[in-house]
Amino acid sequence: MTENTTLLVIGGGPGGYVAAIRAGQLGIPTILVEGADLGGTCLNIGCIPSKALIHAADAFHQAASYTGESPLGIRTGPPTIDVTQTVAWKDGIVKRLTGGVGALLKKNGVKVVQGWARILDGKTVEVGELRIRCEHLLLATGSVAVGLPFLPFGGNVVSSTEALAPATLPEHLVVVGAGYIGLELGIAYRKLGARVTVVEAAGRVLPAYDDELVKPLAASLKRLGVALHLESSVLGLAEGERGIRMRNAGGEEVALEADRVLVAVGRRPRTEGYGLESLLLDMSGRYVRIDNQCRTSMRNVWAIGDLTGEPMLAHRAMAQGEMVAEIIAGKRRHFAPTAIPAVCFTDPEVVVVGMTPQEAATLGMDCLTASFPFAANGRAMTLESTDGFVRVVARKDNHVIVGWQAVGGAVSELSTAFVQSIEMGAQLEDVAGTIHAHPTLGEAVQEAALRALGHALHI
Amino acid sequence: MGQHVIKMPDLGEGIAEVEVVAWRVQPGDAIVEDQILADVMTDKATVEIPSPVHGTVVSLGGKIGESLAVGAELIRLEVEGAGNAKPAAQASDQPADEPAEVPHGFVPEPARVAEAVASVAQAAPVVAAPPPRPAPAPAPTLRAAGEKPLAAPAVRKRAWDLGIELQYVAGSGPAGRITHTDLDAHLAGHRHRQAAAGDGRYAELEGEEAIPVIGLRRKIAEKMQLAKRQIPHFTYVEEVDVTELEALRGQLNARYGEERGKLTLLPLLMRAVVLAIRRFPDVNARVTEENGDQANVVTRYQPVHMGIATQTDAGLMVPVVRHAEARDPWSSAAEIARLADAARHGKAARDELSGSTITITSLGALGGIVSTPVINHPEVAIVGVNRIVDRPMIRNGGMVARKLMNLSSSFDHRVIDGMVAAEFIQTVRSYLESPATLFVE
Repeated sequence: MTENTTLLVIGGGPGGYVAAIRAGQLGIPTILVEGADLGGTCLNIGCIPSKALIHAADAFHQAASYTGESPLGIRTGPPTIDVTQTVAWKDGIVKRLTGGVGALLKKNGVKVVQGWARILDGKTVEVGELRIRCEHLLLATGSVAVGLPFLPFGGNVVSSTEALAPATLPEHLVVVGAGYIGLELGIAYRKLGARVTVVEAAGRVLPAYDDELVKPLAASLKRLGVALHLESSVLGLAEGERGIRMRNAGGEEVALEADRVLVAVGRRPRTEGYGLESLLLDMSGRYVRIDNQCRTSMRNVWAIGDLTGEPMLAHRAMAQGEMVAEIIAGKRRHFAPTAIPAVCFTDPEVVVVGMTPQEAATLGMDCLTASFPFAANGRAMTLESTDGFVRVVARKDNHVIVGWQAVGGAVSELSTAFVQSIEMGAQLEDVAGTIHAHPTLGEAVQEAALRALGHALHI
Repeated sequence: MGQHVIKMPDLGEGIAEVEVVAWRVQPGDAIVEDQILADVMTDKATVEIPSPVHGTVVSLGGKIGESLAVGAELIRLEVEGAGNAKPAAQASDQPADEPAEVPHGFVPEPARVAEAVASVAQAAPVVAAPPPRPAPAPAPTLRAAGEKPLAAPAVRKRAWDLGIELQYVAGSGPAGRITHTDLDAHLAGHRHRQAAAGDGRYAELEGEEAIPVIGLRRKIAEKMQLAKRQIPHFTYVEEVDVTELEALRGQLNARYGEERGKLTLLPLLMRAVVLAIRRFPDVNARVTEENGDQANVVTRYQPVHMGIATQTDAGLMVPVVRHAEARDPWSSAAEIARLADAARHGKAARDELSGSTITITSLGALGGIVSTPVINHPEVAIVGVNRIVDRPMIRNGGMVARKLMNLSSSFDHRVIDGMVAAEFIQTVRSYLESPATLFVE
């Protein structure tokens, strides 16, 4: 059986489904092929379930804090948690969201084909018995967790996918990799009551972020009782598969006993198993090479999202998908964001938008940098969350803001203000001259801008 | 401080009016001695007018394209000392460089005004209506090379839709931020310069550009109009076998090229035309029209002053090789090269650009198969050269490859009949096909 369509999207993750919805809105006949559940990594085994688990862990941790001396005067008995119920609640949210995606696709006239796609050529894809011919092929196949050859997945060694749907809580979890995925999950497990040890090869946690930003997070890990082994490398499974062996900072080989090991050392683009190699597309390292319109080296073959490189973030894929649909519809578009925000939902949260002071300096930019601590923010005090700060980076000559960073409780929501100000080309004066609601964490944003201008009011 | 007036100089005999083709300075500019003030143009030549003094430009004597009488005020300068003129009494009808009167409540910042005038390229109407206007917006700035344009997402999206590269749009917002208003201004002002983004291959283009026909272009237009109006042209095309001529030319260049310079075909053709004119002197003539389009007097010339049509950046010019009859091919070649160079650099003197009695026009490799040359009025003949091509020809019953070149020549039928023209061209042809005769006769 053969079907014809204008646009064929492989992959129903945030990049693929957004492209398909937008294409449907624009009247482009579109088929979307997905082998697993709609929503991709993000909705099923990534962003959304991890945030659900983190929320549950926070709530449990909060409740547990009331068993001792609570400054709020709340006193409770020790809480318990039914992890099966927690996972079921998380699954409910995921189901509601993936169901919503399916409904949106349907509403916009997108045909969803369930099954694993196999590319025959740049215009033909096979899904089981079905052969689909298209004018435009959009690759949105995402990424998969990277495993370690000496620590293969299976048994007690899990990836983030399994860690997000635990049947039971481990007694001791070893997290390999102190990037944002490892830390988000490690902290959540710790808050749920597991003992957690993080092993990282670099000299600090979140190696991609600067010292100043990471300091409050490192302090929080210490407070939470997460054990850290920096400059340590994992060698393999320990005897009896109970834990791992590693070489610590001192060069000694030690064993870490654990009943579960989470390997979170990164993700790689999904480039194998569906005939991608037959297209002989130009690659950029492991990624499919694209231009600023997400065109690959083959005419009318497009690629978006994690398949195409860093940053591997859902919101980047979504923006690319929307753009590709519009280009196919004949509109002139480029992927040229000024900034793509990145958020770590650790405790405290970390937000990075635009350039850090170091990055600006590397580019030879003469910049003003100023930060405002949450310790001086009224709302933060009422939330018992005075760790962290907001930092702004702006050009010295014209005060145009080129970067924002924040670390602290709930700062992920500030990313909206950060990225908007950068995309709008705001100067420090624009933010300083905008009335921010009191009492909110957002006041720290205004105060950081004021401080960069030399006249912060509350510090 | 006094004022110094520079008058339109007398640029040659019989020239009463001179056209201004370019101003090199603007009112308010400080100038130094010998700095070029303007380019002016007579019938043929463009002349640069330098300043004899230091000073500041007060006013210009006319617009580009305007003809000024010799002796008219070309430019007025403010100079140290007394100067040579009284301050202009007619200040009121001078273009207002400085506001004569400033309405109440409006105090322009001089620097701002100057900036706005310079960048917007149109005089800001400083004498405003009574309601006070805000000071002009600061001039839009173009960002430094390599710097990203600053614009909100909605502005960027609209620019993409319009196919505008924001890199080329001046931003008027703080820190050079580009606003929707800036895009509007860019669209209005620079439509024709739009760099198409995205798939620009099939983009619809809009806008038009009015190009004043001035300077040399105007001279060419007038001359062509005159030639076509007055002269009943007819064109005669003949094929010339230049195989022998090209072989000879190759030999001459190989042998004498080093010391005498390389010959093109042109000087050889000139010699053939000179020799043919001996037998057909009618074609080396000029017509003086005294009563409308009636040919009154035909003046035949003994010397052959050969006009050579030459393309310059500014347009077509016809420098003249004087006494072509007295030149051997190398002398002609050297003279052609010298004149063409002078014409292309705007350095040809007036008498080097006038006085021809017959003209040759050649586009070399671009010569095409046939052309219909326009006679260089008031001459009566023009010989056009088309390109040389290898063609199969039948000779002695067999096919051979020969080099063929067409001559497309136009004649003034008032003076030259078809028979004469044909015989003249056939004579030219016979010289070219038996090139030894060029050096014998």
